[in-house]
Amino acid sequence: MGKGFLYMTELDLMQNLRSKWFWAYSFLFGAFVAIMFLSGVTESQIIGFVGLSRLMVTFMQVSMAILPIYVLITTVRSVVGDRESNVMEYMLSLPISFSAYYWSKFVSKFLVIYIPVLFALIVAIVWGGLKNLEIPWDLFFFYSALLAALIFNFLGLGMFISARAKSQEVAIGTAFIIWLILVAFLDLLLMGMMLKMRMNPDVVIWGGMINPLQIFRTGSLILFDQKLTVMGPASYYVLDVLGRNAFLILSIAYPLFLGWLFAFLGGRYFRKNDVI
Amino acid sequence: MEEKDKNKRSLISAKNLVKTFNKINVLKGLNIDFNEGDRIALIGQNGAGKTTLIRCILGQYIFDGELKVMGYNPRLDHETLMQHIGFIPQTPPPIKMTVGEMIDFFSKLSKTNEEEFVKIGEDMGLDVQSNLNKPFLKLSGGMKQKLLVALALGRKPEILLMDEPSANLDPAARKVFFKYLEEYDKKALMIISSHRVKELENLATRVVEMDLGEVLIDKKIDINI
Repeated sequence: MGKGFLYMTELDLMQNLRSKWFWAYSFLFGAFVAIMFLSGVTESQIIGFVGLSRLMVTFMQVSMAILPIYVLITTVRSVVGDRESNVMEYMLSLPISFSAYYWSKFVSKFLVIYIPVLFALIVAIVWGGLKNLEIPWDLFFFYSALLAALIFNFLGLGMFISARAKSQEVAIGTAFIIWLILVAFLDLLLMGMMLKMRMNPDVVIWGGMINPLQIFRTGSLILFDQKLTVMGPASYYVLDVLGRNAFLILSIAYPLFLGWLFAFLGGRYFRKNDVI
Repeated sequence: MEEKDKNKRSLISAKNLVKTFNKINVLKGLNIDFNEGDRIALIGQNGAGKTTLIRCILGQYIFDGELKVMGYNPRLDHETLMQHIGFIPQTPPPIKMTVGEMIDFFSKLSKTNEEEFVKIGEDMGLDVQSNLNKPFLKLSGGMKQKLLVALALGRKPEILLMDEPSANLDPAARKVFFKYLEEYDKKALMIISSHRVKELENLATRVVEMDLGEVLIDKKIDINI
């Protein structure tokens, strides 16, 4: 991909940094950390967890609610939007390979979405340090990786939809439906299905675990709730089959793989079909 | 073919070029060669296939048949081939880069001195320096087109593809633009898709008229007559 990729990534980053949504998004996460400190979340307790650990757990729950749909909505328009507006026709008349064009969008989007989230976590660590709170480094590093994997996963899915969609409306609609399905199958629907259809619990639980949101949720729980008590009986299956450490690895590796797979398939489609 | 044309190198060669959209053939087995030094007025009604042909040459469409541009396959050798092609679109795209970023980007990609772009832009009446920090999409239609012309010509490509390039230009800028084209490298190939045929009469050496995906007329013009 060479220099074309680097120039395109740089250019995309510059454009993103200039946009109002980037600063609004960064402010949202920064403000969220500040509000949690000011509202005394660090003094409250959850399953024995207080201080920064408590704050990080809440931060992860909020990230799970915001990030997937945010990543999807901002990403699905990138390729199809450029196609519809003729930006792509012009940019691809320059000496830039199709792959460089596609992957530069992926990389720049990943950076502008991940950096504010990571920065908010770092702010929490620094603030906690200044307030003499104990710093949970293991949570910080694992959650940083888990968030990166979650963003990577939905970014890959978003790029795939964007490369294949015929219009921005179709892309946004598809992204929204996929997100709704993933959210709906998080817990309640799954358990309802299990009860109603008397299905094999193995099938239901591992069917649920295909859902990257469920993997993220379980991964973020397992570090502080080692027996996954909040998950109820499903925890026995998860821990018996995989064990805690293997699940920690899976919760990062699986979303990364899924994101890469979708992004790769999207890039392949983009390269092998009419680009405009 | 005339004797002098036999010595000219074919820069674009289409053999049985077919492009289909939803089972409709938009290019119907096109057979045509465009040679070095040709100034081609590509004319035809809307839907004739002019833009489709240009997009095939730019490697943006997959196609059936054979299309070689400077010996390259536009799809497989896209990045290398685009080093040799300058393109001016009909409608300026809503690019969010600033003017300065665009010039810098083109300069780095094509290894061309930024001054080349600035000079052509200013010759056409675009005040480049005072617009450097302005986003491209916030420029007026005419200013956008002047910058696109400067960016395409400044790279000095061997092939210039232009889709209604002067549509947004004021008369003074149009005059400068055609002067630049007239003085451009005589070995370069220019393909100008236009409805303003009269404008091209002092420039074009060959008229290719397309209709419903086929070449209807392919006629050489001696501009010295």
